[in-house]
Amino acid sequence: MSMKDTDKKERAVKYKWGMVIDLDRCTGCGACVVACHAENNVPFVGKELSGYGRAMHWIRIERYWEGEYPHVRARFIPVLCQQCNNAPCEPVCPVYASYHNAEGLNAQVYNRCVGTRYCANNCPYSVRVFNFFEPSFPEPLDQQLSPDVTVRTKGVMEKCTFCIQRIRRAKETARLDGRAVRDGEIQPACAQTCPPDAIIFGNLADPKSRVFRFSKSPRRFRLIEDLGTDPSVIYLKGGGHEHVR
Amino acid sequence: MSMSDEEDLTPEKVEAVQQDLTSSMNPPTWKWFLLSGFLGLVVIWGAIAWGYQIRMGLGVAGINLPVMWGFYIVSFVFWVGLSHSGTMVSAILRLTKAEWRRPILRGAEAMTVFAIMVAGTFPLIHLGRPWKLLYFLPIPNQRGLWPNFRSPLLWDIMAITVYIIGSSLFLYLGMLPDLAIVRDRSSGWRKKLYSMLAMGWRGTAHEWRVFARASTLMAVLIIPVAVSVHSIVSWDFAMTLVPGWHSTIFAPYFVIGAIFSGVAAVITLMVIIRKAFHLEAYLRPIHFDNMGKILLTVSLLWSYFYFAEILTTWYGHKPIEWEVFIFTGEKYCFLLGLMVLGNSFITIPALCFKRIRRSVPAMLLISLFVNVGMFIERFLIIVPILSHRNVPFIWGDYRPTWVEVSIMVAAFAGFALLYTLFAKFFPIVSINDMLEGEHFKSEARLGRAKLKTIITDE
Repeated sequence: MSMKDTDKKERAVKYKWGMVIDLDRCTGCGACVVACHAENNVPFVGKELSGYGRAMHWIRIERYWEGEYPHVRARFIPVLCQQCNNAPCEPVCPVYASYHNAEGLNAQVYNRCVGTRYCANNCPYSVRVFNFFEPSFPEPLDQQLSPDVTVRTKGVMEKCTFCIQRIRRAKETARLDGRAVRDGEIQPACAQTCPPDAIIFGNLADPKSRVFRFSKSPRRFRLIEDLGTDPSVIYLKGGGHEHVR
Repeated sequence: MSMSDEEDLTPEKVEAVQQDLTSSMNPPTWKWFLLSGFLGLVVIWGAIAWGYQIRMGLGVAGINLPVMWGFYIVSFVFWVGLSHSGTMVSAILRLTKAEWRRPILRGAEAMTVFAIMVAGTFPLIHLGRPWKLLYFLPIPNQRGLWPNFRSPLLWDIMAITVYIIGSSLFLYLGMLPDLAIVRDRSSGWRKKLYSMLAMGWRGTAHEWRVFARASTLMAVLIIPVAVSVHSIVSWDFAMTLVPGWHSTIFAPYFVIGAIFSGVAAVITLMVIIRKAFHLEAYLRPIHFDNMGKILLTVSLLWSYFYFAEILTTWYGHKPIEWEVFIFTGEKYCFLLGLMVLGNSFITIPALCFKRIRRSVPAMLLISLFVNVGMFIERFLIIVPILSHRNVPFIWGDYRPTWVEVSIMVAAFAGFALLYTLFAKFFPIVSINDMLEGEHFKSEARLGRAKLKTIITDE
């Protein structure tokens, strides 16, 4: 098969990246947060700045307490960029640093960003983080910087990309093999690391994919759905009961 | 000399008026140098603070994850608001031919130009990477990248640019005949400068006719620009999905708020100019009285808008929006109280009394109080709403830092400096307008009876 044919075939495949997070499985361990920091060169800001809202997690574990003592229950919900299909962050950016790509991702062009922070204000999920200072990677973190991802400069906005570098790599491999990307071939760092396998990533345009099947679960909901942002991240939660499958 | 003489306009009288009204342009005294030097130092300090922020990153300001906009945007909205004084006051008073407008116009128009210039620097200061400003500009480039015209920030840039150009032209146009007067009274390099600026004005009947037509046209055109500027500033907020910001009332509410703070600022400046240049004969109690009435009207309007907004939110009781209101009421209770006192509860009853409206110290106090209230209003619109948005986990707090406070203070100093310099080089009260007023008065004669037609004082 010539290169041209594979190109055509590849273009015929439709990708629409999405994620399912099973809250009934999430233990709130925080492994996804660590994995994300390592994979995407997300800087560490330290305890003090973190306390003042300068933490730069692309994914965070929100913890809510329910009930009164002694019947207290902790609820965890990992929140990352919801990759909205109607993203409020996109139209407000005056320089198109925040835009929508063909595969349903909210992409962020670091080089283009001037740092108005308008997108962060308009994000209902507050998942966009800002480089308040020049990022620093104290020893030995500087040794483990990922070569696939740029290190951002001060004054730009950044956020979860669904590990776009892994998506790109998988697509390139698939194209060389003359096939479409297989289900499960791409795993963002958070999904790869998640010990209870609560995070499922894949192609929502493929009805046979695992993520598609889970996304149709009766337990599904999306964050602040009434705003009409149409997120690509779907959460699963049993109706008041925790069920462990 | 006093303007209340009812004699005809003799050349001596014209000379005296010109003398009086160019007194601000007399050679500077050591006091003037001291004041300008001090203001200049404060501005330099602000520039150093900004330089420090550019070098270190925006982290040296107090903004953080939920509160991504802080004092810079508060100041921006505040200064854009102040800039609505001149055009609105002076354009509307011109068009309605309010005779008492004459001594106020120039000061208000100059204030507009300088306030919008100060306002325009804040979006730049607040940027994460201000050196990338050119990305905002529609410059053809090989990447085919264009600014995003869907973004209210881009509307902002365009509106403010138009307003800076428009209000400067408005000020300059109104000043043309005065520049000619100054040209004729000066010598040396000043004469050259004013000759150039006066563009050969000779005061022929034809020139005056064109001038009158152009002034009216400018006044008509500048009003929609002013309305659009503050509407667009409000849309920076109202176009978002942020609970508490996403509201249809914002555009008219902001425009009224802008006129409110603008009118108050004009009153403050009137008091200062009157005192500094000994213009008691020109800025008389009637001017404060009339400005007080305008301020009262706008204050009532502002209070009405505020009430309407609170009422709908309270009645609807949407959980997210109500949470923001409760939070503001609890955490910023003092500021909220101060704002309501300054903008409504003190201002409205006080301004109902003629004696208060005609008392210069009382008007100074009220006008300052209004602008403190309006500054707080902008703060309360931006900071508490951002700190309590949709996701409770990320709710936060905002503490301004020395960098932000320095730059904010420097903005006030910069405005004062520009104004001081302006008053030194240009007549701060419109000479030709004052003389025109005198002409009107002297024409009002019926046979032997002399009628004081338009201005009625006391």
